[in-house]
Amino acid sequence: MAGFFSPFISKPVGVSQIMLKVLLALIPGLALYVWHYGPAILVSITLASVTALATEAAMLKLRDRPVAPFLKDNSALLTAWLIALSIPPLAPWWMVVVGTAFAISISKQLYGGLGSNPFNPAMIAYAILIISFPVHMTHWLTPHGLGSVQLDFAEQLNYIFQGVLPDGIKLDGVTMATPLDTLKTQLHLNGNINAIMEMPIYGYLAGHGSEAVAFGFLLGGGYLLASGIISWHIPAAFLVTLFASAGIMHLVDPAHYVTPLFHWFSGAAMLGAFFILTDPVTSPTTPRGKLLFGFGAGLLTYLIRTYGGFPDGMAFATLLMNICVPLIDAYTQPAIFGKKVKP
Amino acid sequence: MRTLYKFHGGVHPPTNKDQSNQTSIKQAALPSKLIIPLHQHVGNIARSIVKVGERVLKGQIIGRPEGHLSSAVHASTSGTITATDTEQVAHPSGMPDYCITLIPDGLDEWMPLEEHDWQSMSHTDLRHKLRDAGVVGLGGAVFPSDMKLYSHNQKITTLVLNGAECEPYITCDDLLMRERAAEILQGAEMMRALLYADNVLIGIEDNKPEAIAAMRTAVEAGKHERMEVIAVPTIYPGGGAKQLIRVLTGIEVAAGVRSTNMGVQCFNVGTAYSAWRAIRYGEPLISRIVTITGNVAHPQNFEALIGTPGNELVAQAEELSGTTGYIMGGPMMGVLLPSKQVGVVKATNCLIAASDKLFPPPAPAMPCIRCTRCADVCPSELQPQELYWFSKAKNLAKAQDYHLFDCIECGACSYVCPSNIPLVQYYRFAKSEIWAQEASQKAADAARERHEFREHRIEREKLEKAEKLAAKEKAALAAKAARPLQSPATVTIPNADPENTIQLKIQTAIDHAKEQAAASKPKNTEQLTPEQLAQIADIEARRARIREIAKAASEGPA
Amino acid sequence: MLNALLVMALIAASLGAILGFAAIKFRVMGNPLVEKINGVLPQTQCGQCGFPGCKPYATAISEGAADINLCPPGGDEGIQKLADLLGMEYKPFGSETAPKAKSVAIIDESTCIGCTLCIQACPVDAIVGAAKQLHTIIASECTGCELCLPPCPVDCITMETITEKITNWKWKYPVYALTPAKYDSPAP
Repeated sequence: MAGFFSPFISKPVGVSQIMLKVLLALIPGLALYVWHYGPAILVSITLASVTALATEAAMLKLRDRPVAPFLKDNSALLTAWLIALSIPPLAPWWMVVVGTAFAISISKQLYGGLGSNPFNPAMIAYAILIISFPVHMTHWLTPHGLGSVQLDFAEQLNYIFQGVLPDGIKLDGVTMATPLDTLKTQLHLNGNINAIMEMPIYGYLAGHGSEAVAFGFLLGGGYLLASGIISWHIPAAFLVTLFASAGIMHLVDPAHYVTPLFHWFSGAAMLGAFFILTDPVTSPTTPRGKLLFGFGAGLLTYLIRTYGGFPDGMAFATLLMNICVPLIDAYTQPAIFGKKVKP
Repeated sequence: MRTLYKFHGGVHPPTNKDQSNQTSIKQAALPSKLIIPLHQHVGNIARSIVKVGERVLKGQIIGRPEGHLSSAVHASTSGTITATDTEQVAHPSGMPDYCITLIPDGLDEWMPLEEHDWQSMSHTDLRHKLRDAGVVGLGGAVFPSDMKLYSHNQKITTLVLNGAECEPYITCDDLLMRERAAEILQGAEMMRALLYADNVLIGIEDNKPEAIAAMRTAVEAGKHERMEVIAVPTIYPGGGAKQLIRVLTGIEVAAGVRSTNMGVQCFNVGTAYSAWRAIRYGEPLISRIVTITGNVAHPQNFEALIGTPGNELVAQAEELSGTTGYIMGGPMMGVLLPSKQVGVVKATNCLIAASDKLFPPPAPAMPCIRCTRCADVCPSELQPQELYWFSKAKNLAKAQDYHLFDCIECGACSYVCPSNIPLVQYYRFAKSEIWAQEASQKAADAARERHEFREHRIEREKLEKAEKLAAKEKAALAAKAARPLQSPATVTIPNADPENTIQLKIQTAIDHAKEQAAASKPKNTEQLTPEQLAQIADIEARRARIREIAKAASEGPA
Repeated sequence: MLNALLVMALIAASLGAILGFAAIKFRVMGNPLVEKINGVLPQTQCGQCGFPGCKPYATAISEGAADINLCPPGGDEGIQKLADLLGMEYKPFGSETAPKAKSVAIIDESTCIGCTLCIQACPVDAIVGAAKQLHTIIASECTGCELCLPPCPVDCITMETITEKITNWKWKYPVYALTPAKYDSPAP
């Protein structure tokens, strides 16, 4: 029999379909990732996914909740993918496992599971890892065509699981700092933006290779917007704020401040704008609140990137804004039908 | 071309109207019995004025309106009253309510009807006639129409006639407009006159082109001035009175505000039709158009007598196997009837034979992921997710702060919720909980007032007594001074005597009562269930305890 | 030095004046806490708390002389409200005081002898009648305090539990499908 009370019909779209569509939207960026950096990322994604599902199942069992419906909701899988995408692909296997397990168990399930976590689990994992293992977190793979040597898949696997590199190859030969990190170091060494941008690791807009991946995430974000999975408020507010703050500083002093487009296409900006900040559980619910949230995250990201100690500010900006969500929601309640100011 | 306004949100559920709007309205067969509830309207329940065994005529009043806000109930056909008791009615509680059961005699014999020309009647008479004819809002709200046809306090500029019919499956207004457009418009003219309204706007959703055409033709043929038939976009809940008023006029009527304060009044097309019939032909509201659809072989509309048992009506559309129950109203806001025998009431616009195939059981509810799809579709522009959290946590004050009572329970939020949360259920729970709390607070306040008044009174009586006594003593002293010879004994006797007599009288009465009690055992003490016996023992024990306490209290301090 | 002293003295004087003004202007008569507590109590005036009415109990609570869990008619919600109001911890009912279903008194009119004793006992004047006349209870005003039961010499008053009818029916709290059943209902 149908439910006992109206409405007796419902739209056949569930949480798992929504999460699945978000996973699908990650595919273009992921494909470009593999194209430019090789298949190592697929290994960490698999590792993270298995860890996430196992941790989720174990925690649900411990919390005495039904396991199957929550495993099927794809939310743990999405967290896993985002973690894998935000840490270096050559990160040792135990880092992926520790980060993912921590994200799912502590920052999601201990807060009450799906829908109850105040912080974005993927960003918690990133923050924990960058604080605990800062060195490992700076060894990013060199994109194809830049490094002197390329590791093949077997060699990458060997390094991820056993920490062993082929004879005669040093870690520095196959990895590098991120474009954002390099920029920061070079600026510290009194470099000039124009000179820095001539370095081979930079491409058309930002980092060689990584800019393409960011473009892939932008494409995926467009799909999410078009299919109504996310609303335009947060990505728009975030990207506009980041662009505006970077633009103003760039106009003031072009020799020491990079272009706004560099900021858009570096680091986790695009991934964050469409996939991380828009996580409904940890973002505000009101339209004005979403704008405020995106604005705050954009400003913080820029400030941390430019003046902070960490190379990328996305994770910390997200977490700091996550704290503000209840407050933002409470103060941005929209006017309701019939109670608006008369025109 | 008129500019139409938009309201926020709304959903597009499958309309499922084509099944039942293909054939014309059919007169339903006379049922074997009629179960006519006395409370079919908003306001006070009507008072039964018939006795079991009495023969009534079709259209005869059997329930008289009580109080200011009430409506009359009539015999839907001629026949014999066989019961005036409680029966299951169309109510989400599934609880019984007062009903009159009528067995038709098959003659369908009308009582003498008075025909009237509304233009020659006073407005007060018209309203009285509508009340006595039991005309109430047929869109589902069943608010007594006479109460909505006053225009004393405000200028009404626009009368909105609601033919939107936005709920899926329902086609009764569609068919009524197609077939009886002229009479609907006559009713609208009468309502306009009562309200002194300037314009009449008839809003019909654009998925009913035949109805729109029929109404437009009727407006022209009837030479109705300042009356316009407007096709409005098909979107649920576009047929909600507030939403339709917004679409047609741009005016937003907030909760707690009457649309008439903003110069607009809204009636369902079916109400206009019934009001017209009630005045012109003197026919009270004893039948209505009901859509029978869902798991039936021939979905269609019937003109059914009020009180017709649901299963007898659905049988005429040939119920298919697998029907698990009937939904009264549409799938978005309807009520699952407690049994198939529940009678058609004035609010019954549709009966959907439900089956697991048409209405699969809801998927288990998942936690809210704050996706705000509910807020995106809420026509009242509320934040349903906030209301849900507060209602779930029973934080009722906060729910009210977030405008819980602006919720119209349209169900759009539950419809889109990806976590399948029964959101509307939480709002209904919170609303009725708040009402109950308000009622108990009111009762507590009243009790306190009465208690304080009583203490005040006792105090005053004491004072008065003391004053009287003082005056008496004074008088006695004065008398003593005047007549020192009188013996003091005669003064004391009247003081002591009444006490004794009262005691004596009480004792006699107790003896009398005891005799009586011994002679006649109370009826309800035989054949008791063990539970009742336990209850009685419990009460007896408590009484004994209370008596002991009272005794100890009275003896203790002394 | 002198200037500083003068300024300080001036500030002290003006602040004193403001405080004095506020003390007169916003003076609160009586103890507002008692009224607030009394507002939360159900006003049955039943005395089950051991005090002769709701207000004496409220006074006792405000003075710290009584616990907040002594009012059965208020139920668990009542304790919760008192705890919220007073900033105290919720305290469950003791074993002797347990909330009962709300009820009204009914007078069996064939047995009533018209003695008026119950009328005198009723704290809210909800019984009408006169000497040697039948008494009856105004059900809508009855608080179900049971104070009329002990004085009745012929035991003609009974308490009738108020059952759920269509007129006072309430929507139920939705059952959350995903939570295991053992959290929803107490173990049998």
